Amino acid sequence: MGYGVSKLRFRNWKNKAFYIFVCVMSGITMFPLFFIIWELIKKGYKQFNYSFFTEVAPTSMDAMLAKMSDSVIPGGVLNGITGSLLILGMAIVFAIPVGILAGIYLSEKKESRFAGIIRFLTDLVQGIPSIVVGIIAYAWVVKPMHGYSALAGSVALAIMMLPLVIRSTEETLNMLPVSLKEAGLALGASYTNVILKILLPSAFGGLFTGILLAVSRIMGETAPLMLTALGAAAVNWDWSKPTSSLPLLIWEFYNDPNLIDLIWSSSLLLLLLILTLNLIAKQVANKWKIQ
Amino acid sequence: MRLLELNRVCVSYTPGKNAVNNVSAAIGENTITAIMGPSGCGKSTLLRAINRMHELYPNVETTGEILLKGKNVLRMNPMEVRRRAGMVFQRPNPFPTMSIYENVLAGYKLNGIRLGKNEREEIVETSLRNVALWDEVKDTMNKKGSFLSGGQQQRLCIARALALKPELLLMDEPTSALDPISTNRIEELLLELKEQFTIVIVTHNMAQAARISDYSMFMYLGDLVEYDTTKQMFTKPGDKRTEEYLSGVFG
Repeated sequence: MGYGVSKLRFRNWKNKAFYIFVCVMSGITMFPLFFIIWELIKKGYKQFNYSFFTEVAPTSMDAMLAKMSDSVIPGGVLNGITGSLLILGMAIVFAIPVGILAGIYLSEKKESRFAGIIRFLTDLVQGIPSIVVGIIAYAWVVKPMHGYSALAGSVALAIMMLPLVIRSTEETLNMLPVSLKEAGLALGASYTNVILKILLPSAFGGLFTGILLAVSRIMGETAPLMLTALGAAAVNWDWSKPTSSLPLLIWEFYNDPNLIDLIWSSSLLLLLLILTLNLIAKQVANKWKIQ
Repeated sequence: MRLLELNRVCVSYTPGKNAVNNVSAAIGENTITAIMGPSGCGKSTLLRAINRMHELYPNVETTGEILLKGKNVLRMNPMEVRRRAGMVFQRPNPFPTMSIYENVLAGYKLNGIRLGKNEREEIVETSLRNVALWDEVKDTMNKKGSFLSGGQQQRLCIARALALKPELLLMDEPTSALDPISTNRIEELLLELKEQFTIVIVTHNMAQAARISDYSMFMYLGDLVEYDTTKQMFTKPGDKRTEEYLSGVFG
């Protein structure tokens, strides 16, 4: 049975059609991001002024008065920015040493049973819904401390960060050639020194990228913070007090009819921060690529 | 004088199956000894037993005696062994985060040995002069080692090993990833280094063994078939398998 010219032509056509289909579908994936950014800029740019970054969130009353006189809502999201910094900073301090050390363990003792168990549990933790993590942090930290706090929020976020940091550390270290480790040991170095002075510096780019991506992932978390950090109207740097954060502010603005116009600018800010982190992560990953 | 002595050395990756089988040999000071043989005959395995590199992998077992200046390596602290027996690998592996200067001194840094500035400068210069790299890199000391060519990188790795002033230099096919010109330079270098160091080199290349070594070992399927002066082995091999390998019947 031979192939006729028309049949070949049809196959060619089919090939081309499929190719175009694939391209179009890939193109469509860009739309949500562009629409989201467009929408946020369109509705939020008016609020994007100096006081937006330097003042705390306005009260419902102030916002109502401003709206009635048709002027821009006063105030900003400073308490959210500082709160996010405080909570994320503490979460980083908790999650990164543990995550990197666990990642080193997983990559060094690949075959061991214990490593297998940890790897499995890490995957499970990654799948826990964030609200559940919030409840856990509530039970572990808020209850014993008799109050909501930035600390409780950072514990919840640290738990969510851990699996991301562990896995990215493990994967980065696995990418390093064995010859590097052997070269270090062959010079008479101790195992600890080989890890601290050779492997970790060589993996720096990958580790840093992993951390940035983990931070950008948890930066927008809201649910766990509702149960832990709660929120605050003023700037708070005290780890033991309730604290606001950007996503928490967005939630509060949404719930107040007078403040609802502020959700666009706050969302825009949050999105821009996350996008920036992602872009930096990409740059770092390119610059420090493992040869 | 005997620097290194191997007594009934066996290495196994799986219990009961020896990759290196009952190897006994003695190596004198200031000589180059080549270990030859076809792929998978245990050359590298034997070499890596000497500085205990196998301990990185839990399933490898080394038995017998390996004496370095009369002391059993297998009962020493592995870090001490590796400081006294430097190693150069198949592929050049300078540390990518360190400059050329830091690479040469890496052994000291990793062992937590602090040196004065003069001492550092002196070690770097002698080590790099030893490997004939000094003139090529003396103005680019602070560049990363990975910017060098393959041959230069390998010489840097030799300098890194020499910087610790080892008694023994173990080389695992150090020129197999290099072009003929770089290979030639390294071979010339080894002949010079012989004056100060003792070298054991694993090589896939019979001609290389003939060119540079004083003594040769021929290994086959984990056994040390023959060990003699290189001259003797290449002119009048004592074993039929050696003769066949050297004349290209197999391998």
